[in-house]
Amino acid sequence: MAGSIKELSKEEYLLKGHGACAGCSLAISLRLLFKALGNKIVMVVPACCTSVIPGPYPYTSLAVPVQNMLFEATGATASGVVAAFHRRGIKDVTVVGWAGDGGTVDIGIQALSGAAERGTDFIYICYDNEAYGNTGMQRSGATPYGAWTTTTPTGKKERKKDTPFIMAAHRIPYIATACSSYPIDFINKLRKAKEIEGTKYIHILAPCPTGWRYDTSKTVEIGRLAVQTGMWVLFEIENGKFKFNPPSNRLIDKAKRRPVKEYLTLQGRFRNLTEDDIERIQKWVDEDWERYCKLASNQYV
Amino acid sequence: MSIAPKTCKEMPVTTLSIPTVGSMGKTGSWRTFRPVVDYSKCTRCTLCWIYCPDGAITRQEDDSPKIDYDYCKGCGICSNECPVKAITMEREGE
Ligand SMILES: Cc1ncc(C[n+]2csc(CCOP(=O)(O)OP(=O)(O)O)c2C)c(N)n1
Ligand code: SF4
Ligand code: SF4
Ligand code: SF4
Ligand SMILES: [Mg+2]
Repeated sequence: MAGSIKELSKEEYLLKGHGACAGCSLAISLRLLFKALGNKIVMVVPACCTSVIPGPYPYTSLAVPVQNMLFEATGATASGVVAAFHRRGIKDVTVVGWAGDGGTVDIGIQALSGAAERGTDFIYICYDNEAYGNTGMQRSGATPYGAWTTTTPTGKKERKKDTPFIMAAHRIPYIATACSSYPIDFINKLRKAKEIEGTKYIHILAPCPTGWRYDTSKTVEIGRLAVQTGMWVLFEIENGKFKFNPPSNRLIDKAKRRPVKEYLTLQGRFRNLTEDDIERIQKWVDEDWERYCKLASNQYV
Repeated sequence: MSIAPKTCKEMPVTTLSIPTVGSMGKTGSWRTFRPVVDYSKCTRCTLCWIYCPDGAITRQEDDSPKIDYDYCKGCGICSNECPVKAITMEREGE
């Protein structure tokens, strides 16, 4: 496991001159993926921003084998790749499904659910920029309540799906949340997932300046604020056992969490929120935390 | 690093893409503000290196950052995250 940033490899498999917007946290997360697992991996990537980042044929900025696949088919494709490696007796390659929130919580959910049910031996990563980014920011099932998108011009009226817990219902051995603002936490979760056999699911919050409407320099800060306000919680569910990770484990006392308002008002996508909306979101966050705390103390919820 | 084909004869027969630095060209041209490092302030913490979305910062022998202006998009994350404010953003052309 990595203890500090300086221990990480200088090797880059996301080559510079790639196609992500300036200030994109998804690009940071990709670099961290490669720092964690190196290049003995095969990625399965559906239509999403990550299929734009490589750039136009015949070039690509991703210096690892990548199978680009249909929007809905990440889980199924990864199952096929894993089966092929198994058949050929190749054991030292990690298969990584890497999909956006639209490709995971909406259109790809049945393929993912099928792979999890079959126990496909792979790591599935959902990077969640809370909208359909590369087609111009339409709302997804992961867009939070109140957020502006091009299809929710006055703010989304529904709540965000709780996808890590949908995956928990599949009783897979490892589920975790992460965010590129906490690189060592994310890297250690990837390395742990690599050693576990079966389906591993990691859901990362992926701040997106283009869609969330904030200055490109604030990407890491926004991710940190999401965690400090408790809007994004860092946790693991290992063999059904829930555990908070730092710094979320220090925020169990509500008084230690910053008000969600601090996170919301930094982003243009929340500019239409009323005081009532903000209060409602705060209440939901506090309720979620009560549920997580019960899980952490092993009380059945 | 680039082993990209120069002629159509060199093109692969399948739809395989070739890992290439600058697959989207010299993305430094997207930049409005340029990050400038004050090495006398830098503590070599490497935070700017790990957070750069573009891999445009190289970690040198002594762990200080070296910015590749051919590809840095000028997002300003490095400047925002530097704990000792050793990186300032300066408008291009000034
Ligand atoms: C079946 C199908 N429907 C629609 C599309 C068009 N499409 C491509 S990517 C995309 C949105 C992807 O959103 P998400 O998965 O959140 O990834 P992001 O772009 O945000 O990284 C859409 C709608 C498609 N390629 N296939
Ligand atoms: S739209 Fe957002 S997630 Fe997609 S490349 Fe741009 S900043 Fe990154
Ligand atoms: S401004 Fe952005 S792209 Fe340029 S070196 Fe800093 S973090 Fe990297
Ligand atoms: S973040 Fe600042 S102090 Fe740390 S290595 Fe970069 S320039 Fe130096
Ligand atoms: Mg998305």
